[in-house]
Amino acid sequence: MSHGTLLVFEVTILVLAIFLGFEVISKVPTLLHTPLMSGTNAIHGIVVVGAMLVLGLGHKGPFMWVIGFLAVVLGSANVVGGFVVTDRMLEMFKKREPAKQVDASQNGKGA
Amino acid sequence: MSYNVSNLLYLITIVTFILALRYLSNPAHARRGNQIGAVGMLIAVVVTWVKTGGTSWWALALGMLLGGGFGAVAARRVKMTAMPQMVALFNGVGGGAAALIALAELHRILPEPGRPKIDIAAAIALSGLIGSISFAGSMVAFAKLQELIKGRPITYPGQKVGNLLLLGACAALGVTLVAGVQAQWLLWAIVAGAALFGVLFVLPIGGADMPVVISLLNAFTGLAVAVGGFELENNVLIVSGMLVGASGTFLTMMMGKAMNRSITNVLFGAFGQVTAEAAAVAAGDGGTVRSASAEDVAVMLAYAHKVVFVPGYGLAVAQAQHDVRQLADLLETKGVEVSYAIHPVAGRMPGHMNVLLAEANVPYPQLKEMDDANGEFPRTDVAVVVGANDVVNPDARNNKSSPIYGMPILNVDDAQAVVVLKRSMNPGFAGIENPLFYNPKTVMLFGDAKASIVKLIQDVKTL
Repeated sequence: MSHGTLLVFEVTILVLAIFLGFEVISKVPTLLHTPLMSGTNAIHGIVVVGAMLVLGLGHKGPFMWVIGFLAVVLGSANVVGGFVVTDRMLEMFKKREPAKQVDASQNGKGA
Repeated sequence: MSYNVSNLLYLITIVTFILALRYLSNPAHARRGNQIGAVGMLIAVVVTWVKTGGTSWWALALGMLLGGGFGAVAARRVKMTAMPQMVALFNGVGGGAAALIALAELHRILPEPGRPKIDIAAAIALSGLIGSISFAGSMVAFAKLQELIKGRPITYPGQKVGNLLLLGACAALGVTLVAGVQAQWLLWAIVAGAALFGVLFVLPIGGADMPVVISLLNAFTGLAVAVGGFELENNVLIVSGMLVGASGTFLTMMMGKAMNRSITNVLFGAFGQVTAEAAAVAAGDGGTVRSASAEDVAVMLAYAHKVVFVPGYGLAVAQAQHDVRQLADLLETKGVEVSYAIHPVAGRMPGHMNVLLAEANVPYPQLKEMDDANGEFPRTDVAVVVGANDVVNPDARNNKSSPIYGMPILNVDDAQAVVVLKRSMNPGFAGIENPLFYNPKTVMLFGDAKASIVKLIQDVKTL
């Protein structure tokens, strides 16, 4: 595939991803906006893939090695931290302890 | 692994990320979505590992252990109240990684006979620029939220012009690079300039606006990662980065709407500097403040039909979420209908208050969004404001000179009575006077929020 063709493909998926992003996110309730932020934060941790490629493939002296290594460290922190924090938050969202099934908007047990 | 096979496997990762976001539409299965996303990330890492063919595997392993270990420990230890700065931190390191990749890529392709391809050079310049802004900006946001530096806006004359010139200079260097000047120092200058810009750009923004800034910087990092995908000709980076870029932009716009302010106003308005005029208007119609004892308030609550709690960040600071939930449970056993009214920008991050209350085991159907809550206030007997200030400030409706005029608020003054738990009469985080406190319907319960709630619990129990 020529470089030009590849570029056109890449731009195409970029634009589609923008619309997809808006579409998917607009369905998230404000209740979950903090987990949404930290969840997307974890997703851009995919940058670690780029960092791994730089460190693992490109060999052109110690400079790239150091930069690549740093990038891998930062990227991994982003990925692991992002997913763990999001998981911790989402774990906490519960309906109601099983004992009481009454919807919260109605009166409680009654005095 | 061939290019096609690895790209197909990366496609699985992309699908899991989309599912992860899709599952977030409902709290019941949001957690599973996040786990699916994590599995997708693992697939991408393994595929990439195989792609690198085992060269310098130990460096990869060491780097991932160091970074991952730090991330895991920090993420496990952080308190839910400190969540915004943690997200800012992880966001920053992601942006930093994108900028570093740009530096390494330029180093790899130079010197190029003829000149580097325009699109690759442009991608390198852009991801270096955006990634670096995101890194430095996030670190300042982190420092502000962690209270390492002052939360109040820091301003000086010529700030906007200076920032604009700096950004323009960085852009000019970028153009030079794309035009074919083959020099690594150009990119270093861009990255350094962008970092400085990131610092100067976030410094003047007040602490109360940090949620918007973090959301925007999140979008920036996503964008930097997507552009990084062009450098490395890697689809998974392009799609994942852009998903984040789009979602961050969307969230930023939503928050601007929730505060009735344009994003430019948030970013360049140095909000939180009280204009003398607004303060004068607010102080002018003063009136008297009524304070009540915990016993009085306990009686009001216990004999109400419907009580709505309006939590703000002050609640989180006092670590009183659990006590509020206990009080709510106690009231429910007495037959009082209880719910929580959550303003979209309550807390230090969009939806932050929901997380804090969920942590205290408040069932999420009790958490009402602003529009629902405002419909309920007219038939509410007592609205209890705990540590919230600006989001219940009637000046947003009535006082044209108020800096928050036009912001949609929770209309607690529609309730029969309002109880405000507050430490003292000092204005809130944004430093704006609140006439709600002088409303004849309002009684103030002064003291530490946690101590007051605990006292209320005791007094309600003895009734």
